[in-house]
Amino acid sequence: MAEVTFKIYRYKPGAIDPPRYDTYRVSIEPHTTVLDVLEHLRLDDPTLTYRHSCHHGSCGTCGMLVNGKEVLACVTRVADLKTDTVVIEPLRHQPLISDLVVDMTPFFEKYEPVGMPYIRESEYLPHSQPPEEVGAYTRFENCLECGLCLSACPVVGSDPDYLGPAALAAAARVVQEPRGQDVPTVLAMVDTEEGCWRCHAAMECSEVCPNDVDPGGLIMFLRRELLTGTSRSGGKR
Amino acid sequence: MNAEEYRRPAPRLPAPQAKEWLAFSKRGVGGWAFLLHRLTGLVLVFYLFLHLAVLSALARGPQAYQAMLAFMDSPLIVALEVGLIATIAFHALNGIRLVLMGFGVGVRAHKALFWVAFVLAAGLTALAALAMF
Repeated sequence: MAEVTFKIYRYKPGAIDPPRYDTYRVSIEPHTTVLDVLEHLRLDDPTLTYRHSCHHGSCGTCGMLVNGKEVLACVTRVADLKTDTVVIEPLRHQPLISDLVVDMTPFFEKYEPVGMPYIRESEYLPHSQPPEEVGAYTRFENCLECGLCLSACPVVGSDPDYLGPAALAAAARVVQEPRGQDVPTVLAMVDTEEGCWRCHAAMECSEVCPNDVDPGGLIMFLRRELLTGTSRSGGKR
Repeated sequence: MNAEEYRRPAPRLPAPQAKEWLAFSKRGVGGWAFLLHRLTGLVLVFYLFLHLAVLSALARGPQAYQAMLAFMDSPLIVALEVGLIATIAFHALNGIRLVLMGFGVGVRAHKALFWVAFVLAAGLTALAALAMF
């Protein structure tokens, strides 16, 4: 068991304002995650606020900055950080409500109008054909809606009107697999100055995405589709 | 305070600013490419005005222009010109990388393409420096 110092960003409008960092010493086990630490600290300080739900990296609610990098706290083991001091801060570029909790409203205001279906056709294993009555296997889309990509994107930081990597990646998925959505409408949404042309290809979104959505790659896919016009007939499928 | 009196405090809004360009540390190669491309772009804009200022010596007559050219031969200025060549070479080559990515070419290899652009720019700069000194 090792002792690690945690510096946690604290902010309460009207109470802890300006923000400050509180320091804690916590003993950790090899498997202890950052979320475990926060839950442990909250037993002594119930005013410490953060978002979480599933504890296994599928709900996307516990996104935060750990030592300056966007991660999901529930699947980030403290021992893997290989440091004696861990700095925990809220995600960047989103309104801050309290401590580590950011307001996801701006995220969803841009993300939802794209209308990405939440299911997609699943990849096939050659030896695993679906039964006749099933037709085709489906699975959930990769995006967890965690907002890490918005926090990592330097363009989102300097231009709040930018549609952002999550919404653009969702648009690209509609183009790739429309499932009844109107592809030309979605392409028109992203073919704007604040759409896919605003991206400067820093690819930080893809770097931090916890579920390999590769938003940067999908934005480049949208550009190619718009430049070559291959989707104007209504998508690839 | 009862529930009717309670007003949820306004969230602390992020202030959009160019310094966010610098908030990329501990991430990937693409972030470095983004930052270098922006910085070299700013240097080139600055150089454009510097270039015009140097050429404006012509308006002050042949002697003023000759004096300016003599100043430009100093080792410090030649060293700065080597830096300018490095700036142009990287910005141009990384620009090609960005255009290729925009056409969907080499997106998955964007990190390798950055290093290709970086090494080629360094090589061109070294060749130019050898020729100039």
